[in-house]
Amino acid sequence: MKKEDLPQEPGALSRLTRELCYVKNEEGKYETALSQGWDVKKEALDSAWDNVNDRVEEARRAVANGEKSPVYYFMELRLMDLTVLSGYTGFFTFFIKRHLKPSVFKGLSDRKLEKYAGAFDISVDELKNFKG
Amino acid sequence: MNTEIGTEEFHHVQAAHCENGVTTALLRHHGLDFMTEPLAFGMGSGLFYIQIPFLTINNGPAISFRTMPGAIFNRTCKALGVEVTRKKFSNQDKAQAFLDNKIKESVPVGCQVGVFHLTYFPKEYRFHFNAHNLIIYGREDDQYLISDPIMEGVTTLSTQELNRVRFAQGPLAPKGHIYFPERIGAINDDLIRKGIVKGIRRNVRDMTSIPGYFAGVDGIRHTSNHIRKWRDKLGLKKASLYLGQIVRMQEEIGTGGGGFRFLYGAFLEESAAWLQDDRLANLSEDFTHAGDLWRASAIKMAGVYKGRLTEQKDFEEIADMLLNIRSVEKEAFQKLSKLNLGK
Repeated sequence: MKKEDLPQEPGALSRLTRELCYVKNEEGKYETALSQGWDVKKEALDSAWDNVNDRVEEARRAVANGEKSPVYYFMELRLMDLTVLSGYTGFFTFFIKRHLKPSVFKGLSDRKLEKYAGAFDISVDELKNFKG
Repeated sequence: MNTEIGTEEFHHVQAAHCENGVTTALLRHHGLDFMTEPLAFGMGSGLFYIQIPFLTINNGPAISFRTMPGAIFNRTCKALGVEVTRKKFSNQDKAQAFLDNKIKESVPVGCQVGVFHLTYFPKEYRFHFNAHNLIIYGREDDQYLISDPIMEGVTTLSTQELNRVRFAQGPLAPKGHIYFPERIGAINDDLIRKGIVKGIRRNVRDMTSIPGYFAGVDGIRHTSNHIRKWRDKLGLKKASLYLGQIVRMQEEIGTGGGGFRFLYGAFLEESAAWLQDDRLANLSEDFTHAGDLWRASAIKMAGVYKGRLTEQKDFEEIADMLLNIRSVEKEAFQKLSKLNLGK
């Protein structure tokens, strides 16, 4: 890539920093240059977030319809999967899967709810009372 | 001559990739002024390609354009006879005590962190990715002084914020992972030249003769075959998401597939000067070409996830572009191999 072809199209990252890139200068030698961003990347990131938002909305509906427990909604909201949530709570994925059922969730002890609330960065009340 | 670790002021280094940046900055701090990001990347045989079978990340294909996390730092230090200390912890307090001790000794340290809770990152970038690297070079009251190689300048994190990212959970959980050069031996130009040759030869081996169909240049063909089937198998929506994921793996900070090819080109250009061998400078062009082709494929893929390209023939074209990249890279590494460097 030639230096003059380096895109300068601001995206989310440009709020924090410009990126260092290796480009060819006029003499055909490599040097570094800073880029504001590239729309091709920005759109890839946007499409990933569209997908995340769809999943969160789907999870919200599942909770509202009584199909899933609030754990499922907050897991999606925090971009987690079972493995990541298992890491933050210390519960095995086998148990987390059970806790996604509203009937099982209702009977969870406060100690367990605190673990989930801590992993999601919310209070136990917010977790318990989320209705979708 | 063994130089004990010095205590002079730390200088931030911005880099295209976090682990290269940490390696470069820490080695320069210890007096290896010749160290540059391309040199660290090349000596560490950083260029790679793999599509890990049966694994998905963020609900998409698991593709990496670089070697394993930690390998660049390890290999580059080893080639230069630099002794490295690495530590992981099960206990947060112990991890912090160890870090504080190093800071008291004025030793800047590399640290593996997760980006999901990394407060200074823009929200859009905060996925559960646990192999980001940064340097901690000091502490003022509750604030740790942070040099993050992807940034233009330095920043800070509070004790609580830092502990949180050092103990992020999920795949590749950092577990407080901390690493730094312990002792630097005598370094001369001959050692550097040997390191360069070794780095190139290992990279040739990794890209051209690694067994299996999903890694090295053959891995690119593997992905290409997948792309041909995605539209029918997954439906257009999911297939476009998958392509978006490839582009993010390819062009975003910390992974940069196209960018890594340019970086390797820059490395070969520097190597040509170290080894007094113009053939390397010529081969640098081949990698520049590969980098340009990767970027062209990203533009084409963007057409799909923007909804402009929807036909099977578009997926076929993308797959063909990847096949072309495979042959360009394969040929470039075969030429590198035929140079018989160091013999």
